[in-house]
Amino acid sequence: METHAVNPWVAAAYLVAGVCFILALRGLSSPATSRAGNRYGMFGMAIALVTTLITHEIASLPEIIGAIAIGGGIGFVIARRIQMTAMPQLVAAFHSLVGLAAVLVAVAAFLNPDAFGILGADGNILNVSRVEMALGAAIGAITFSGSVIAFAKLNGNMSGSPILLPARHVINLGTLVLIIALTAMFAVAAHAGPGESPLFWVVVALSFAIGFLLIIPIGGADMPVVVSMLNSYSGWAAAAMGFTLHNTAMIITGALVGSSGAILSYIMCKAMNRSFLSVIAGGFGADAGGGGGGEAKEQRPWKRGSAEDAAFLMKEAENVIIIPGYGMAVAQAQHALREMTDLLKEHGVNVKFAIHPVAGRMPGHMNVLLAEASVPYDEVFELEDIQSEFAQADVAFIIGANDVVNPAAKTDKSSPIYGMPVFDVDKAKTIFFIKRSMGGQGYAGVDNDVFYMDQTMMLLSDAKKMVEEINKSLTD
Amino acid sequence: MDFVSILSIFVMACFVGYYVVWSVTPALHTPLMAVTNAISSVIVVGALIASAAAGSPLAKWLGLGAVVLASVNIFGGFAVTERMLAMYKKKDKPAGKGGK
Repeated sequence: METHAVNPWVAAAYLVAGVCFILALRGLSSPATSRAGNRYGMFGMAIALVTTLITHEIASLPEIIGAIAIGGGIGFVIARRIQMTAMPQLVAAFHSLVGLAAVLVAVAAFLNPDAFGILGADGNILNVSRVEMALGAAIGAITFSGSVIAFAKLNGNMSGSPILLPARHVINLGTLVLIIALTAMFAVAAHAGPGESPLFWVVVALSFAIGFLLIIPIGGADMPVVVSMLNSYSGWAAAAMGFTLHNTAMIITGALVGSSGAILSYIMCKAMNRSFLSVIAGGFGADAGGGGGGEAKEQRPWKRGSAEDAAFLMKEAENVIIIPGYGMAVAQAQHALREMTDLLKEHGVNVKFAIHPVAGRMPGHMNVLLAEASVPYDEVFELEDIQSEFAQADVAFIIGANDVVNPAAKTDKSSPIYGMPVFDVDKAKTIFFIKRSMGGQGYAGVDNDVFYMDQTMMLLSDAKKMVEEINKSLTD
Repeated sequence: MDFVSILSIFVMACFVGYYVVWSVTPALHTPLMAVTNAISSVIVVGALIASAAAGSPLAKWLGLGAVVLASVNIFGGFAVTERMLAMYKKKDKPAGKGGK
């Protein structure tokens, strides 16, 4: 079934590229080795590019160099200028490009199968290649349209709240089944020469549609799962094209990226105690702010604190744990927050950061923002590593987080966030809770008992402004 | 290569990916996404083949388009990863800051 001979040196070069990509991910096991890892990644990509360029008859080298220069230039400028708080949008945008590139490559292979060595002797595209091509195009198209929606939601071009179409589950399932059935029909079609079967185009069109339909019902706080999932898809799309091209670098990379995204989605789902299917089905948080927790409707007493209170109590404290959430990113409060920790350290306070896996809009979002503000990474802790320390903490300082500290997740079986692992902030002696107002209730739309606890003081203000005020009283 | 050897590479690579990714520290999950983004643009190999080939002018232009898109990702992805990773620093020497 093989129609083109593979030069063993070329195959070896692609294999080396694949191994470099494995090393790139391996480097991320610790910040200390991560930059070397990234270099391996660049090196692997250079090998793959050069190998392809020197082993194929290049009809028009200037055009190709021009294309790389244009794309590379745009990418480089964006990478330099992008704000760290905009990282989730950027990643979503990049995913969409991989997806679209996969579709374009698959379409090119469909139109010119001879160049890819997948044209059979009978003038039809090889059957196996047809499946790989259609799958690559389908996954690529889903990645593209899904990522465009994710981008629009993360970037605020589109409301973050879920958009629910009637009968969406039926429509989505039906479309998926149709895509699979049409792919199978395309694989066994009698006439499938270059660009011949219309079935291929229908598969591509339906896939663009389903990517769109799958993401619009998913709300903003579920975006970490969506972004991870699309990450995974972009990998599977590359792998499918790797099968078409019999290219080891693409297959290894596709498998790596595919599993990476899948594992991240799993971690995110587990951190919310929700099944992957329920996230994908969407609609979570649809009535946030509307109904709210039933029994919590009556006015309960709460205490309002001031920046001076916070500064005074934290200055005297021995251990302070800071819990940042998406609100910190929105307010761009990370730099002011780092200043606050520096001031506290000058008073001999032991300050630690506690990061929930789903804090922010993508995996590791908070860590990057704190790193940007020059918070040393060994002062930043994951949930399971810091959970036991709340009992010794004098102050838990919550800034822009809500659901991840809600004790209802531990006690209230009827709560939508029940079972989600949350920080034991209630064990801290004093709690400061920065929030814009008492009105809004976390993403899940549930009331938070922490607001009304005896040791809680609410700091109602913009996160950045409040932290700056605290800094001012700390320096006085 | 026949289909089964390709499939073997794929399956093995999935296992490698599984173990390697679990060893990534959660603090670096955002750079992980950025770098996987960059490397998945190895799809540029397919784009180059398409744009290099004579035969179908349309396929060639689609290939060139894919080269542009993938290049945005390759350069942008690695550069932004590099930028992020450069920000992760350890605690600077304990001297200076007064402890209790």
